[in-house]
Amino acid sequence: MSVILEARNIVRDYHVPGSFLKKAKTVHAVKGVSFQVEKGKTLAIVGESGCGKSTLGRILTLIDPATSGDLLLEGNKVDIAKGDLTPEMRRKVQIVFQNPYGSLNPRQKIGDILTEPLVINTNTPADERRDRAMALLKKVGLEEKHYNRYPHMFSGGQRQRIAIARALMLNPKLLVLDEPVSALDLSVQAQVLNLLADLQDEFQLTYVFISHDLSVVRYIADEVMVMYFGEAVEYGSRDEVFADPKHSYTKTLFAATPRADVESIRARLAKKKAA
Amino acid sequence: MALLEIENLVVEFQTASGPFRAVNGVSMKVHEREVLAIVGESGSGKSVSMLAAMGLLPWTANVTADKLTFNGRDLLAMPANERRKIIGKDIAMIFQEPVASLNPCFTVGFQIEEVLRVHMGLDKSARRKRAIELFQSVGIADPAERLGSYPHQMSGGQCQRVMIAIAIACNPKLLIADEPTTALDVTIQKQILDLLMKLQADHGMGLIMITHNMGVVAETADRVVVQYKGRKMEEADVLTLFENPKSNYTRALLAALPDNATGDRLPTISELFVDDQVEGAAR
Amino acid sequence: MSQAAATSAVSTDPSRRARLAEFWYYFSENRGAVIGLVFFIFLVLVAIFAPLIAPHDPTQQYRDAVLVPPVWQEGGRADFLLGTDAVGRDMLSRLIYGTQFSLFVGVIVTTLSLVVGVVFGVIAGYFRGWVDTAIMRVMDIILAFPSLLLALVLVAILGPGLVNAMIAISLVYQPHFVRLARAAVMSEKSRDYVVAAKVAGASHTRLMFKTILPNCMAPLIVQATLSFSSAILDAAALGFLGMGAQPPTPEWGTMLAEAREFIQSKWWVVTLPGVAILITVLAINLMGDGLRDALDPKLKRS
Repeated sequence: MSVILEARNIVRDYHVPGSFLKKAKTVHAVKGVSFQVEKGKTLAIVGESGCGKSTLGRILTLIDPATSGDLLLEGNKVDIAKGDLTPEMRRKVQIVFQNPYGSLNPRQKIGDILTEPLVINTNTPADERRDRAMALLKKVGLEEKHYNRYPHMFSGGQRQRIAIARALMLNPKLLVLDEPVSALDLSVQAQVLNLLADLQDEFQLTYVFISHDLSVVRYIADEVMVMYFGEAVEYGSRDEVFADPKHSYTKTLFAATPRADVESIRARLAKKKAA
Repeated sequence: MALLEIENLVVEFQTASGPFRAVNGVSMKVHEREVLAIVGESGSGKSVSMLAAMGLLPWTANVTADKLTFNGRDLLAMPANERRKIIGKDIAMIFQEPVASLNPCFTVGFQIEEVLRVHMGLDKSARRKRAIELFQSVGIADPAERLGSYPHQMSGGQCQRVMIAIAIACNPKLLIADEPTTALDVTIQKQILDLLMKLQADHGMGLIMITHNMGVVAETADRVVVQYKGRKMEEADVLTLFENPKSNYTRALLAALPDNATGDRLPTISELFVDDQVEGAAR
Repeated sequence: MSQAAATSAVSTDPSRRARLAEFWYYFSENRGAVIGLVFFIFLVLVAIFAPLIAPHDPTQQYRDAVLVPPVWQEGGRADFLLGTDAVGRDMLSRLIYGTQFSLFVGVIVTTLSLVVGVVFGVIAGYFRGWVDTAIMRVMDIILAFPSLLLALVLVAILGPGLVNAMIAISLVYQPHFVRLARAAVMSEKSRDYVVAAKVAGASHTRLMFKTILPNCMAPLIVQATLSFSSAILDAAALGFLGMGAQPPTPEWGTMLAEAREFIQSKWWVVTLPGVAILITVLAINLMGDGLRDALDPKLKRS
């Protein structure tokens, strides 16, 4: 199996400039995280707000540079701070955001949103671009008639499908999914998760799935990394992590997740009656 | 006698593209010392029905009901200023976004003391004493010091605790929690839910839990109302609902939980549940 | 929703039609705005068809009819409906031709300050850092002067005339657009769709003007209508002070200045241009208010 993405000791510091009364300080958002993801697999990065998982996601998507550490895409080192980001590299990683209402340009038609990456990066002729956008639109479960509509005419789940289609326009190798289903309703969440699974099979995609929802992670991930205050406190295969969490934070996280099975409801009601 | 009784509640909004019916004939009862969960996805009208019961909707909303009583008193018939006296005192509400529900210009102490002044008529020192007590009861460390903090100096979880303290300040008979933990992390969610359950038991309040999270329902509710597109799909006690759901919609909702996934694919709602009324009718 | 769905079935560009319908719904709720709009359309028509509707040449002097009062007053003549001025020119014709100048000033000044202001504002808001500081300090300096005084100084340097007055007024108005555009860009810049375009490889220029700018237009359009009326007002003021359009141009401010000496004796020579300015500015302001209500989502009711 070939490794698509490798991160070695990624560090990201934010420098908060001081002012009259405050001293300047440095915030360590990501403190030396290393991992690798194989082709066609899903790595889930789990953690609560402020743990640095989204910062890491932006570094992996080559939006922000890492302060130090190496990022390797298919074995090639990329450092956007040095400016050696070629369009070919750019095309390999795409991202899907959490909020489907903010991630589509409200003034662009769906067709323009989908073809924009091709317009910028390639010399594909217009009708070819259109064909490709139409094909992907159908692949993510929408219809041709949606091509000329604006984002505000779609529901959250449909918008997320459009965002996924846009991410796939450039045939990326790696998709960073930053909480892609946490803004969606339960029923829509199931549809989008199924879609993601289908697309992964069909295009041999590699996913980095950022989430705070353990039940979703357990469903979709092959490997799981738990982050806590910028550090990776737990990293292993899904079954290992869920069956036998090593770090105390992971245990807390599992204990806090509400359980929706009949046995735990019975136990709770019994306890309540006893009290 | 039921604490809050709603029969055939209908809420309509006037919008640019004609009237929109957000709640369509919902009936429910909440008894004293009971935790009722209202579950539904976005657009199910679960928040709107509670806001309507409290009279907190904008004037574009048209609220009608066969019966809307709190503690035996008719909420629809009573004048607005009398209704305001009940709301905030006997019925309290907490919201999804704790940081946004607090006024950023004032200290949290000022905000809790204002509630005590308006509804309880306490004097200055009594207000402060009570505020400290309340902060203690919702588990805020250093309550006396924390009274002087502004909302932006506190975390989301702490703000939600402050909101809860304000809500229970007047010993309400009914607390309505509208997605109280949706904006919070899982570990914080656990703490807030535990706190709400403890306060509910200690004060003997009725509690309405509005949520979309089946896990939260399972961990808190006695009885559950399932809503979908403004209509009530099912009402049952929590064990029956999870063990043996009657409506197809509830069954579909439970099956879509990733926890319950058996194979490679999650069953989706549309596969299991056919919406008998076409979308156009409800929207 | 159902209505929007129904229109989408027939029209080819459903969204634009639905959006227009929604816009009109909010705009028409404001009755003043509709009145303003109607009057504005009337003014535009008057300006376009001025040569057809004006009874006389605006600069033609009728030596036999100096200071003739309006037709309904004693001594009024039917061929001069609103009377004549001190050199026997027909007031009505001059007012009709004056519409052309006023609207011309409004359009040119607004376009000029909007375009230049938006370019600077977008650059400042997008790049931040020293570029932002440099642009904004210059704008602060412009704003530090009383606007009419600054325009007056500029016209004094450039030389009096309508074109120079317009340039001066646009320069004075530009900081408002720079500030608005900058603020709007700053709030849009961190939105996910901008990051998404960045991930797709969009260049800075594309991000600034194609991705972000169209989403910042609502406040700018409102500001544009409001400065449209202020521009007319300032141009009239400059004309009145002798620094704007030069006689015998039938510009309203210039007309006022020429008639100054008759303020107490011949009311129509002074009042009519003044009223023309007043109602034009009022109509455009009312329209601007309606636009703001319709375009600003924060003011929209649920």
